[in-house]
Amino acid sequence: MSAISMILVVLVAFLAGIEGILDEFEFHQPLVACTLIGLVTGNFTAGIVLGGTLQMIALGWANIGAAVSPDAALASVASAIILVLGGQGVKGVPAAIAVAVPLAVAGLFLTMVVRTLAVPIVHAMDAAAEQGNIRKLEVWHILAICMQGIRIAIPAAALLFIPAKTVAGFLNSMPAWLTDGMAIGGGLVVAVGYALVINMMATKEVWPFFVLGFVVAAITQLTLIAIGAIGVALALIYLNLEKMGGSSNGGGGNNTGDPLGEILNDY
Amino acid sequence: MADKIELTKKDRLAVAWRSTFIQGSWNYERMQNGGWTFSMIPAIKKLYKTKEDRAAAMKRHMEFFNTHPYLASPILGVTLALEEERANGADIDDVAIQGVKVGMMGPLAGVGDPVFWFTVRPMLGALGASLAIGGNILGPIIFFVAWNIIRMGFMWYTQEFGYKAGSKITEDLSGGLLKDITKGASILGMFVLAALVERWVSIKFTPVVSTVKLAKGAFIDWTNMPKGSAGVQQALQDQASGLSLTPDKVTTLQQNLDQLIPGLAGLLLTFLCMWLLKKKVSPIVIILGLFVVGIGAHVLHIL
Repeated sequence: MSAISMILVVLVAFLAGIEGILDEFEFHQPLVACTLIGLVTGNFTAGIVLGGTLQMIALGWANIGAAVSPDAALASVASAIILVLGGQGVKGVPAAIAVAVPLAVAGLFLTMVVRTLAVPIVHAMDAAAEQGNIRKLEVWHILAICMQGIRIAIPAAALLFIPAKTVAGFLNSMPAWLTDGMAIGGGLVVAVGYALVINMMATKEVWPFFVLGFVVAAITQLTLIAIGAIGVALALIYLNLEKMGGSSNGGGGNNTGDPLGEILNDY
Repeated sequence: MADKIELTKKDRLAVAWRSTFIQGSWNYERMQNGGWTFSMIPAIKKLYKTKEDRAAAMKRHMEFFNTHPYLASPILGVTLALEEERANGADIDDVAIQGVKVGMMGPLAGVGDPVFWFTVRPMLGALGASLAIGGNILGPIIFFVAWNIIRMGFMWYTQEFGYKAGSKITEDLSGGLLKDITKGASILGMFVLAALVERWVSIKFTPVVSTVKLAKGAFIDWTNMPKGSAGVQQALQDQASGLSLTPDKVTTLQQNLDQLIPGLAGLLLTFLCMWLLKKKVSPIVIILGLFVVGIGAHVLHIL
């Protein structure tokens, strides 16, 4: 790998690390991070495929309140680097995924360390506020952001210095039953992400929509966009109908909640 | 005071841009407080001129704050309106400003999580990923561009909405609108998630259920095929007319299941995961466990 590629990889890792906490541009999502690393190292297609596969697994990972989810940033960056060093192209994706998952757990630990280290930084910001020193407060905040970037950039740089031969040798020594099994496992693991999300949203009221979605999806001609459009329409219909029901119940007086009866009365 | 100090659109844009970094100094003590103050700085600079006033303003914004990072925008808008009035001499004390912030951050976080993390991102992510798995560059591009347009649009317009509505926003938001958005997102989310479970949780059972010898005439008779291209043509015609390629009809367990309910195994696996998560099993443990199951079942020729 050329020096420029290596610098760009570390830069992508830095951005992904920052995004791991900011959650704004989504550079840390596998779809984006793996593609970028594939792009700067000349493994474009393999990067995209890895990103897509890992994204399916990571769909339900989200930072909620103070809770931290498995670290998508480290998982995507490190597995993409390993994919590139392994030199197997798209064929190396299942093996890279296999390494990604334990890394997502390791990343969790790094995140907690950095969030704890941020406490003294905030105290420094308190002091800056006390003095009315705007510049100083800003610098501390930017430092805190950079610290998040370094969290991923350092492991990424370390991985780059492992000789490609070692990584390739390691990946090649994985027997077929293991990598094939990993690929199958990857298909199963997707369910965990969905289960996380469903557990958060499910109420008695919205379960029927789950049933509808499941049945409609079996019609293979429908693209995901079409399914999304049907979902939006259903949500709007439901909300509007609910309002009509609500107004007729709460209206009282002439409004009996029986539209047919009202029409008859008007005659 | 001769002139009223006003925050211009440029000031408000600067605040909106800085709020992108609101989680930058996220910490276990007061969470988003540093990022919040960082976002307020353009307004503080504009509204307060003496060092003492600026110090006081920064200090009151360094209090605990935590909400969904995008839903901080309407709160920032309201706070900008309050700070502006205060700088112009209105009687708004620290407690009032802190009260508005704390009062809004809880309910708004409750909207942001289902809408952004559980509906928009999984949907865009699945759309992008389904394209990317086939090596299509449009996958990542669609995800990245669509996400950021939605996010930036949302942040700027809700901040402006908050700024214009001022403290009245609390009444507006606690009313029907917030509830509608959350419920609408849940409906859409559940609908699309079910579709994703059906399509993307892939379980293929390989065991063969039955091998039936087909009657003569139901499969292509390879032994009596004309030679050369005429034979190929004959074979393709036979296949098109519905003849089997082999003299045996092999049915796998998966084909039987698909006839019954396509995606049933994936659905059951999802329910199992939901149940395990409710039993407080860590998602990481489940993920690692499923990899082990996948490898094990493959070695035993079940999957």
